[in-house]
Amino acid sequence: MTSVFLETPRRLVDVEIDGQAVRVPEGATLLDACRARGIDTPTLCYLENLTPVNVCRVCVVEVEGSRTLVPSCSRTAEAGMNVHTDSERVRTSRKMVLEFLASSADVSLASADVRRWIASYGVDPSRYGSPAPDAGAGERDAARPGEHHAPAGDAAATVGQPVKVDNEAYVRDYSRCILCYKCVEACGEDAQHTFAIAVAGRGFEARISTEYDVTLPDSACVYCGNCIGVCPTGALMPLSEYAMRQAGTWDESRQTVTSTICPYCGVGCNVDLHVQDNTIVKVTSPLDSEVTHGHLCVKGRFGFEFVQRRRREE
Amino acid sequence: MWGSNAREAHPIFFHHVLKGIRNGAKMYAVDPRRSSTAKWADAWLGIHVGSDISLANAIANEIIAAGLVDEEFIRRATVNFEAYREAVARYPLERAERDSGVPRELIRQLAHDYAKADRAQICWTLGITEHHNAADNVLALINLSLLTGHVGKYGSGLVPLRGQNNVQGGGDMGAIPNKLAGFQDIELDEAARNRFGAKYGVPVPGKKGYHLSQMFDAMERGELTCAYVIGENPVSSEADTHHTRKLLEGLDCLVVQDIVMTETAKVADVVLPGTASWCESEGTVTNSERRVQRVRKAVDPPAGARDDIWIIGELARRLGYDWGDPTAEDLWNEVRELSPMHRGMSFEKLERLGGIQWPCPDEESQGTLFLHARLWEEDPARRGAPAPFHVVEQDDPLDTLTAEYPIRLTTGRRLDSYNTGAASNLYVTPLRQPETLNLSPEDAAALGLADDEIARVTSRRGSITAPVRADGTLREGLAFMTLHFPEQVETNILTLDTWDPKSGTAEFKATAIRVERATPEEAAAFWERTTSLEV
Repeated sequence: MTSVFLETPRRLVDVEIDGQAVRVPEGATLLDACRARGIDTPTLCYLENLTPVNVCRVCVVEVEGSRTLVPSCSRTAEAGMNVHTDSERVRTSRKMVLEFLASSADVSLASADVRRWIASYGVDPSRYGSPAPDAGAGERDAARPGEHHAPAGDAAATVGQPVKVDNEAYVRDYSRCILCYKCVEACGEDAQHTFAIAVAGRGFEARISTEYDVTLPDSACVYCGNCIGVCPTGALMPLSEYAMRQAGTWDESRQTVTSTICPYCGVGCNVDLHVQDNTIVKVTSPLDSEVTHGHLCVKGRFGFEFVQRRRREE
Repeated sequence: MWGSNAREAHPIFFHHVLKGIRNGAKMYAVDPRRSSTAKWADAWLGIHVGSDISLANAIANEIIAAGLVDEEFIRRATVNFEAYREAVARYPLERAERDSGVPRELIRQLAHDYAKADRAQICWTLGITEHHNAADNVLALINLSLLTGHVGKYGSGLVPLRGQNNVQGGGDMGAIPNKLAGFQDIELDEAARNRFGAKYGVPVPGKKGYHLSQMFDAMERGELTCAYVIGENPVSSEADTHHTRKLLEGLDCLVVQDIVMTETAKVADVVLPGTASWCESEGTVTNSERRVQRVRKAVDPPAGARDDIWIIGELARRLGYDWGDPTAEDLWNEVRELSPMHRGMSFEKLERLGGIQWPCPDEESQGTLFLHARLWEEDPARRGAPAPFHVVEQDDPLDTLTAEYPIRLTTGRRLDSYNTGAASNLYVTPLRQPETLNLSPEDAAALGLADDEIARVTSRRGSITAPVRADGTLREGLAFMTLHFPEQVETNILTLDTWDPKSGTAEFKATAIRVERATPEEAAAFWERTTSLEV
């Protein structure tokens, strides 16, 4: 069998990280190099199946000779780089990023990794004072650029607001949103190319929005849920999961995850079925799947009711 | 993309296409509709339904005339080029423009871009295969790849997109009238027959069976009197519903094994409740790119439903054969024993590699990324049998357009739905729209029909009523419906069940219809029926 691969062979690059020599393939990022060395590097806006957008700045490292800290998720390793991941400057910067985000958004549903980082960097969101009251429905969405007024400083500003429930597929709880852009990238040019959402507004008023803030059913959304798949804080979740959480019945400790193949078209998407009490409660796709790269369509993510109903009719 | 609305029918495959487009790949869409796939194309070739061969032959003729053929590949790896060249010479651009409605300059541009590309693929779906001359349509596309050498190379090739998660696997396992598992020909491959015979202790007859369309013909003749239908809903999915239903109801015995009570199950003598293969039992499926993948049990089936393997084994037991109690892996290992192209795929390796593309003949093999690479071998012995050009001629759809039936109805899928809706209609999504007769805005205006007004749609087979929707992706004279909601609108009452003698596929894509405003009584009856469905 003759196979023709068109990539040129990759050279190896030597860098030094925290005093240790690390060799990575040409094109690898500093994050790749850190992870190859087993150095725990926090990330929020980075995901293996998305192009880095460098917005959260929590993965920053210090590169000798560089004036500013650099985001490790997107900075390519270059021969001879001398990198520090645990300097005072790096630790302070990471701590501040996590602290500002945790004080302004509800990160209680973020991954165990995020909670570990919050603890290990000594993050104390409460030192900015008690959280300001939530905004009313639609209030943050109505904010106009250039009309920002400095807060009084007696309470910690937050993105708190009511949950948006405007369709049968999924909810948007932007009180949890840390503006990592992942949903925008997954909806847009990194996967789905639907471009239903973008970042609107400026500064602390920035938020994820549909065009002209219309409801999802009036937007370009096709309900693939790829935004849910990449959301790191639980701001986006299927309505069914949201309902179970509200009812207090969502219990991940009782859930199993089984890897199988979507029952619909012939593409053969890898799906992970999250099952609780013999009921499929959520469908995801593994990020490293060659077929899906972690993304699904509306049928794959939401179209499993036909096997459930039979059980309920018993 | 030819006759494929992958943006909606194969959304995650289309993610890969979009990645290519972002990386600078050119994409042409050949489709009667300006589908959501066509909207991503560099150019849309909006052909008349069923004019594919004229268009393909004209592309070939243009490539030959412009001197863009891969002469060395043709000489070394193909046969019958001369006859092909003479045949396509009868398809100048002017003729294809007349037959297909595509401007000649656009055909020329596609021909040149395809021939000159370093790597090029032709992807197709049911727009090519749901025709009375489906196999000829496919051959017309294969010819183009042979002409330009766009086959058997990394990044080039022919990509038939499979519609169902295991339609490829069904074929792989021998659910084809003339093939044993692993595409071993039951009539021509005596060694394979003997191998199966030795394994099962019975001689395997060297005679092929019926395909689905032939089975219905045999029912018609009274020769086929008993059917065992597993996981298929022909009452809703087959063309010409009235006729299909009559034939199935007329059987001496109809057994249906399914996970839900389909329209077909409702007319069965015996219904065997099975399990959902993708989440209630173990096994494998094969996707469109020949990738064998493991499906696993995630939930217990409802009480009374049995694993399909158990049901078949139990049937055998009642018929006097004890096949024991094999697991999915036991049966898979039996496949590996009998099918050389699956031999190297153990469950362990499928697990480790996350799926393997056949052929995978031995322990060392990691599967095969693309097929037909042998055509490029230097050594003639390794190159093997040359690939033949097939002379194929334009053959218009059988259901002809006349003054009485002036509009061409074609069918397809919508993003959120799937086939007859037995599975997809049970989940709720904001995307879901009720079935409509989509008409071009011009036709809707000419008929004086506004959105949601009820039309009577009549073909030579029958008549149905459906709400109208003006659809800007359709050109004048073209109408579109899906098959997703047979309980609302039985689209297949209209379609023609004449099938391609080579592939057995019916011509779902080309029905001649007449559209009229429904009478107030018909409209009232339609709304009453669909409203009662919602309750």
